[in-house]
Amino acid sequence: MVEKQFTITDEAGMHARPASALVGAVSKFTSDITLEHNGKKVNLKSILGVMSLGIPSGSVVTIAADGADENEAIEQAGAVMEKEGISNQ
Amino acid sequence: MTQTMSGIAASNGIAIAKAFRLENPELNVDKRTISDTDSELARLTSALETSIAELEVIQKKTAEQISEKEAAIFGAHLLVLSDPELVGPITEKIKTENVNAEFALQEATDMFIAMFEAMDNEYMKERAADIRDVRKRVLGHLLGVTIQSPSMISDEVIIIAEDLTPSDTVQLNAQFVKGFITDIGGRTSHSAILARTLEIPAVVGAKKAMADIQNGMIVIVDGLDGTILIDPDESVIEEYKNKQLAYDEQKAEWAVLKNEATVTADGQAVELGANIGTPKDITGVVDNGGEAIGLYRTEFLYMGRDSFPTEDEQVEAYAAVLKGMQGKPTVVRTLDIGGDKELSYLDLPKELNPFLGLRAIRLCLEMPDMFRTQLRALLRASVHGNLKIMFPMIATLDEFREAKALLLEEKAKLQAEGVEVSETIEVGIMVEIPSTAVMADTFAKEVDFFSIGTNDLIQYTMAADRMNESVSYLYQPFNPAILRLVKMVIDASHREGKWTGMCGEMAGDEIAIPILLGLGLDEFSMSASSILKARAQISKLSKAEMAQHTDRILALSNSQEVEDYVKQLPTN
Repeated sequence: MVEKQFTITDEAGMHARPASALVGAVSKFTSDITLEHNGKKVNLKSILGVMSLGIPSGSVVTIAADGADENEAIEQAGAVMEKEGISNQ
Repeated sequence: MTQTMSGIAASNGIAIAKAFRLENPELNVDKRTISDTDSELARLTSALETSIAELEVIQKKTAEQISEKEAAIFGAHLLVLSDPELVGPITEKIKTENVNAEFALQEATDMFIAMFEAMDNEYMKERAADIRDVRKRVLGHLLGVTIQSPSMISDEVIIIAEDLTPSDTVQLNAQFVKGFITDIGGRTSHSAILARTLEIPAVVGAKKAMADIQNGMIVIVDGLDGTILIDPDESVIEEYKNKQLAYDEQKAEWAVLKNEATVTADGQAVELGANIGTPKDITGVVDNGGEAIGLYRTEFLYMGRDSFPTEDEQVEAYAAVLKGMQGKPTVVRTLDIGGDKELSYLDLPKELNPFLGLRAIRLCLEMPDMFRTQLRALLRASVHGNLKIMFPMIATLDEFREAKALLLEEKAKLQAEGVEVSETIEVGIMVEIPSTAVMADTFAKEVDFFSIGTNDLIQYTMAADRMNESVSYLYQPFNPAILRLVKMVIDASHREGKWTGMCGEMAGDEIAIPILLGLGLDEFSMSASSILKARAQISKLSKAEMAQHTDRILALSNSQEVEDYVKQLPTN
């Protein structure tokens, strides 16, 4: 299993557009991928799960991946968050 | 008989047309026990697939006709339809509880709707509407109910609805849909935001529109003030047609002015700035062609929380504003708290006369650590733009000197730490206490600029509490006493080569603008939405001509005479 921490820098927090991009990007991986914030962990392939965390700006989140393509999944998640401008690593 | 109703003005403009009720069909979901789970699952899959195909079309259409940004919401809807945490439980319920697909869908989505609605954040609350929208689409297919779609409309109408789902809204064809009215929703609802993008007049939160408006009735939507007129008389229709024309003309005139400088008819430039409270307000300033921030009220950064904002948090906010303004002048007012503005985490004694008490700069000088933190944050952010620092409620020169000394001390400390600080920060004061206006000539030698805060200047000059209804008649911006003080301040600044701005309500007032122009005011700061209107007005006024009226205006005996005098000027 690999995991990595990110800080959400977008002023609006994790809103629908970047969340969709993130979920869309990781859904193609076979690994189990989770997003954790404030002790709550959700499936990163679930848009409802991600949105239900209501992650505000300034939060630190942990993304963990477990499976055959775990490294690629984490790398892709980080790239999408940076591209969407919601996080710096 | 004209019937009037009012709601929340959601999108500017006026529309007059026949009502078209967008009915929300009852999608009744019964719980049924099913025996053939496989065919039930197939029904679910088929409804999901049809919904996905429809949404893909809507998404594509929105991206082409509106924008990629608006289309993104349907990307989210599509993800909901394939969300493992939603589809999983629905499938599971059908298989293990032998319930019908409609019921399983209803139960699973209800859980998420409740979760979003319970969130302490407007944006997240609105997301419950997205889930309802997606659910309605799938349920419609499962139940074989045709859901009315705005894209079928081929007449000029005003849509009346309980609420518009995001997918309803993007199917609005502005050629036919002249406006809409919904019973629920607020200014930040998806439909309200999209109405503004499409420039369709809209009123939301009307509460009784579906109850009182029938198909085919003539309806007027005034998206400027939230008024709805049902079955209006001829004379009312005529009145609103004129209002509509005037609005269209004005909009065309203002749009041209957005990227223009503010120049008078005789070629004199003045600066039009905006008053803001948070970094988010910058968008409005840019959209309305603001040339500066004339007042950034930093107290909002301190309010609605349970401890002081840290130095880093403040740097972030100030830097965001400075970057957003891309080098345009940005006047930041240091903390104006105390008196009637309280902070839950700052225990200040109750005062008998809060407006005359320990507030603003007085409080900051009393609590230097808190003040130094803000000054350091401002200095650190200064490299990101054109920062000007302004101290509020200055009554004596000593207060200004003391505040400036603290600023210079923090600057020296930061530089010693190797932190880069702008060398061109102007330091000025708010003029809102009569003593300061009277002593403006002395102040002008030491400050870099003045900004006149008219709301307080009027209250202190007239000795009339502006919160007290019974003396509200004394709130007189055009009282010659106020205008004479304004003149003293402007003249004093110009004699020392400095500038004067104004950041109270008065700066955007159409009666005040000609007078202030004549008095030589350099910068007018107002709410962002007033800027284009003011720019249009100023472009028609001659500064030299207004200056000729100044002496006569200042010699008038009361507020009413001043107003009457300005109204009869040929340019007004």
